Amino acid sequence: MSAFAYHRRGKQIAATFTGFEADLLRSLAAQLIELLHDESALPQEAIDPLEALLDFSGPTTEPEDPVLARLFPTAYTEDDEAAADFRRFTESTLREGKAAGAAAIVDALEEAGLPPELAEDGLMIDVELDRQAAETWLRSFTDLRLALATRLGIEEGDEDYWDQLSDEDPRGQVYGIYQWLGYLQETLVDSLIKAA
Amino acid sequence: MELRPEQGQSPVTEDLTTPATPWVTVVWNDPVNLMSYVTYVFQKHFGYEKKKAEKLMMEVHEDGRSAVSAGSREEMERDVQAMHGYGLWATLEKQE
Repeated sequence: MSAFAYHRRGKQIAATFTGFEADLLRSLAAQLIELLHDESALPQEAIDPLEALLDFSGPTTEPEDPVLARLFPTAYTEDDEAAADFRRFTESTLREGKAAGAAAIVDALEEAGLPPELAEDGLMIDVELDRQAAETWLRSFTDLRLALATRLGIEEGDEDYWDQLSDEDPRGQVYGIYQWLGYLQETLVDSLIKAA
Repeated sequence: MELRPEQGQSPVTEDLTTPATPWVTVVWNDPVNLMSYVTYVFQKHFGYEKKKAEKLMMEVHEDGRSAVSAGSREEMERDVQAMHGYGLWATLEKQE
């Protein structure tokens, strides 16, 4: 299984992916970008039509999609007005940051030789990241894992349930991808600590 | 320091002892984020020593939440936003 490792000599954090793995990563990152752009980050409650037109700064209510609601949690649990203000001033920036992080993964994979359509068997993709790029991947892996976990409905301590699903169960396959991303992330954290 | 209870407490003294950092950033447990990652984020963002970062991570993991930083409301809003950027579930509240 592919893993990240720190190469002391070139001061790079590197991993080799099979074409299938790289294609899968690209597809997950692309889906995240689509989701982040999908539900428009606009204020949903218009008080006054003029005010609504002029207020293009950001959303004030929690996103409806559970994945987006998890990626952009409500910051004040007991103050709706403060929560709305916080969201207005932060959510658009956070969305852009997360979309840019996922796009960096897509770009790096393609620069490393992943073709637009995966056709060739036996293709291997070598990715080399400097510290800053590795940090970006690390954060984006978190977003991807949060997205998959939210869709699956993963809860604390339910590993046994997911592990016993049959190979044919699509949820079991998605859980396998979720675990794979977790393993990659673990090796990425480890590499970043070594690179420090 | 000598205690002089007969003088009572003046309101001025009370004002001066009001904490200057009445807000905290709270990070909540979630079933997804790796323990190593959460520790890494606390070190990276707050500049904490590994030992302190691990202690806070364990608090989040075992108690369900931990107050990971304290400061002005504006500072805590920046910390919460940064935690959301890292994918941690964070809120801010007035210090108890």
